[in-house]
Amino acid sequence: MLLRTSWRLMAAAAPAALWPRAKAPTRGLRLRVVDHAPQSAAPSDAATAPEAESVLRPLYMDVQATTPLDPRVLDAMLPYLVNYYGNPHSRTHAYGWESEAAMERARQQVASLIGADPREIIFTSGATESNNIAIKELEAAIQPDSSLVSVMTVNNEIGVKQPIAEIGHICSSRKVYFHTDAAQAVGKIPLDVNNMKIDLMSISGHKIYGPKGVGAIYIRRRPRVRVEALQSGGGQERGMRSGTVPTPLVVGLGAACEVAQQEMEYDHKRISKLAERLTRKIMKSLPDVVMNGDPEHHYPGCINLSFAYVEGESLLMALKDVALSSGSACTSASLEPSYVLRAIGTDEDLAHSSIRFGIGRFTTEEEVDYTVEKCIYHVKRLREMSPLWEMVQDGIDLKSIRWTQH
Amino acid sequence: MAASSRAQVLDLYRAMLRESKHFSAYNYRSYAIRRIRDAFRENKNVKDPVQIQALMNKAKRDLGIIRRQVHIGQMYSTDKLVIENQEKPRA
Repeated sequence: MLLRTSWRLMAAAAPAALWPRAKAPTRGLRLRVVDHAPQSAAPSDAATAPEAESVLRPLYMDVQATTPLDPRVLDAMLPYLVNYYGNPHSRTHAYGWESEAAMERARQQVASLIGADPREIIFTSGATESNNIAIKELEAAIQPDSSLVSVMTVNNEIGVKQPIAEIGHICSSRKVYFHTDAAQAVGKIPLDVNNMKIDLMSISGHKIYGPKGVGAIYIRRRPRVRVEALQSGGGQERGMRSGTVPTPLVVGLGAACEVAQQEMEYDHKRISKLAERLTRKIMKSLPDVVMNGDPEHHYPGCINLSFAYVEGESLLMALKDVALSSGSACTSASLEPSYVLRAIGTDEDLAHSSIRFGIGRFTTEEEVDYTVEKCIYHVKRLREMSPLWEMVQDGIDLKSIRWTQH
Repeated sequence: MAASSRAQVLDLYRAMLRESKHFSAYNYRSYAIRRIRDAFRENKNVKDPVQIQALMNKAKRDLGIIRRQVHIGQMYSTDKLVIENQEKPRA
């Protein structure tokens, strides 16, 4: 008994030392972030101490762009990447049957999260493909009086929640199809396709702690919504989306949906608290900060702030220890201010000053505090350098200035 | 199998926390520790033995997941985050 206990103690204390593990080579981008913590092995490193900068990774505060895999999701996927590699459409052997069973289980998990029937879920490569299928439906069913309303459930730039249930009821009464891109909303706020009268819904795996490259489209059966397939081939997924269904990816999507269903309330509570903390601390320490988006109808995990008199890109570059974004990743290559901000009537100069903070399931209070501290520091510093800020401090009303051409 | 005793529940709780501390990724580590604490705290007043057994079974499955994922994370570990040197994350 004593022997077993001591072995167990040893095993717990030094897992790395006990059995040699082949460690995978690091492929991370090695940023030169200076480590300010006091070096413990000081004397021997004295000669190299000035150059000894540890390489540290930035905090991840960009969950609207993508999310890390939940360990529970990876755990569900791995068996299908190692041993259970059968094609789910192979009807004649156990490899196919077990793969198909996993695919159907995943379908049920996705359906359960949104209150749908599994037969209404078609797996796709992501929400973008799902959106395209939904819009193409309009072209296919073209009649003078038919139309489609398509609305994002939760906006990915400013976090605004659209009144989906109200829109759904209006559409259903006018016999208009209603599609919603729920990529940022699924698993974060309660959704029910029947209560909200949704006909088509796009789901994205990598926004809900699932894998990239997979998504789903919900297509209502009663009353039947007809869609035309975007890609043709072997007739998989009821002919609506040909191509071998990627079992490991859909298993991941299913697991992500199941975890989301279990964790929705806990996550929402915690994320709301952290969001309130971030916004309150920033607004307490900095004047002239505007939160973009309706505060009443807002998903807490997506906070878009405009810092007046500070250029958004320079603030992002200054905050190099924190992974952030201004506006959406899908359009980040261009330098134009966000169309969303322009649409809600944000002034041109404020639109260029916006930063989006993403808080997710794995975000900690320490990360929020660090981000807030760095943000306050750099905004103050950038404002000190800004001639516009100087003019404002001197009491000049910027709107009254007539900028002349040179 | 007899209903889970208080001692067994505590043993499982400690085992889960102990294992979670070995996650090499800061975000997974802090999440696991926090979630385990909150989940056990939330369910501490459950009296129904059937429900307790169901919760214990789920926790045991989760312990298995943690063990495997800790192992994988260590094999693929990378550099620490900027805040990891300033504080020892426990929650």
